[in-house]
Amino acid sequence: MQPQRVWREIPQRYRLEAGQCRKCKKIFFPPRLKCPDCGGEAFAKLRLPTDGKLLTYTVVHTAPERFAKLAPYGLGIVELSNKVRLTVQIVDVEPEELKSGMPLRLEFRKIHDVGHAGVICYGYKAVPA
Amino acid sequence: MRPVAVIGVGLSPWGELWRSSLRDLFAQAALKAIKDSGAPRIDSLLVGCMSGGLFNSQEHVGALVADYTGLKGVPATRVESACASGGVAFRQGVLEVASGASDFVLVGGVEKMTDLSGDGATFALSTAADFDYEAYQGATFPALYALMARAHMDKYGTTREQLAMVAAKNHDNGLLNPNAQFKMKVSVQDVMNSVKVAEPLCLLDCSPITDGAAAVVLAPVELAAKLKKGPLAKVLGVGQAADAMALAQREDITRLEAAELAAQRAYKMAGKSPKDIDFAEVHDCFTIAEICAIEALGFCKPGQGGKFTEQGHTALKGSKPINTSGGLKSKGHPVGATGVAQIVELVEQLRGAAGERQLSKARVGLAQNMGGTCGSSVVSILGREGK
Repeated sequence: MQPQRVWREIPQRYRLEAGQCRKCKKIFFPPRLKCPDCGGEAFAKLRLPTDGKLLTYTVVHTAPERFAKLAPYGLGIVELSNKVRLTVQIVDVEPEELKSGMPLRLEFRKIHDVGHAGVICYGYKAVPA
Repeated sequence: MRPVAVIGVGLSPWGELWRSSLRDLFAQAALKAIKDSGAPRIDSLLVGCMSGGLFNSQEHVGALVADYTGLKGVPATRVESACASGGVAFRQGVLEVASGASDFVLVGGVEKMTDLSGDGATFALSTAADFDYEAYQGATFPALYALMARAHMDKYGTTREQLAMVAAKNHDNGLLNPNAQFKMKVSVQDVMNSVKVAEPLCLLDCSPITDGAAAVVLAPVELAAKLKKGPLAKVLGVGQAADAMALAQREDITRLEAAELAAQRAYKMAGKSPKDIDFAEVHDCFTIAEICAIEALGFCKPGQGGKFTEQGHTALKGSKPINTSGGLKSKGHPVGATGVAQIVELVEQLRGAAGERQLSKARVGLAQNMGGTCGSSVVSILGREGK
């Protein structure tokens, strides 16, 4: 992955920056230019909370090459305390202990690295709260 | 708008075809469809292809396949909507004929997937998801559908066995289809005991990687009636819709809202309702997908897809036969070709030419095709006209 592709997502991946529609107050992650609900085009920048719960999950056994050494790993959709949802790996927990509804917290983690001299890709993962 | 008929159909062989290239596969299906149609000429070509670039390092697929089908000079357009590319190309072709812009339109779909390793193909397919926010995190396609499956099980009590029943049923149908890639009997136990891919989905819950092409020829009904004797496969309705790309951003991850909208539009155009549909081909890329699709199409209530399957309604001899061809699961899933191949199956059933899997009642058929985790979907309804 080229550095600029990783770099431009830093506000979302490192700081969980979302956009809140000034008109209808709905929060979008990642941010958008137009609110699909009310048509608003003005957004406030806001940081997502890190606490939430597991909505649904899977345990990935057949993984893409860059994640192969992590398999089997938990992957799920987390609903944060402000109702924003994101797709995220769930770590620091045995896959068989995953349960829909369990409380989780987002942490800053390494996601993967690219080759020997490639960039290291960071982002958020979820851990049991 | 002029009424439109499908006057010719053709399939290439489907499977792991090391001797066939992208262009060969397309030409095989297209030449069969043109011959079957009896069309005096082809005015325009549309081709559904998800990723010639990633699978074969080949973009500009429209011109390439037109050239190798002997259609130099025609407007050739490639259509991409991930695994719904073929179905979306079909709808575009219907609109092109209906509008009067062209009379005889060839709509094909093709994907040549085994030029890449399994890992390469998995990567190419993952680009149909939200790459920066799903694939980046380690999500694969089976994983995303597994998230839907778990949510469906949690919300409605759908069981692991019911998922497996979809695969077993579609393999039973595929056994009767000479064109199916995996003609083998698969039991519910076999599915549940197969290797885990993304829990709760196992290998036999997933459609395979396939090389293949499909093609149809469209014509206005007035010209078709002069060319063809016997019953016509008429296009009654088409509908298409897009939804939030990332699964996490859907209001309800157990629902295929794009498929619901596409179906509503197709039903409205056709003047039909779910109960008028005699049989359907739906996008069973994973077993859970068929369960969600039959709910989206209104064949059963939301949440009841598993039970509806278990009760045998969707079997070949059931009240609403689903995937008589074997579906993506057994017939194979060359992603860009799938949507067009679904139309081929509808036409064969409507013509009474589906051999051992022929339904006794096949007057109105529906095809539902979707891209990604249903970020896009297209629904087409065809009916048999005349005797």
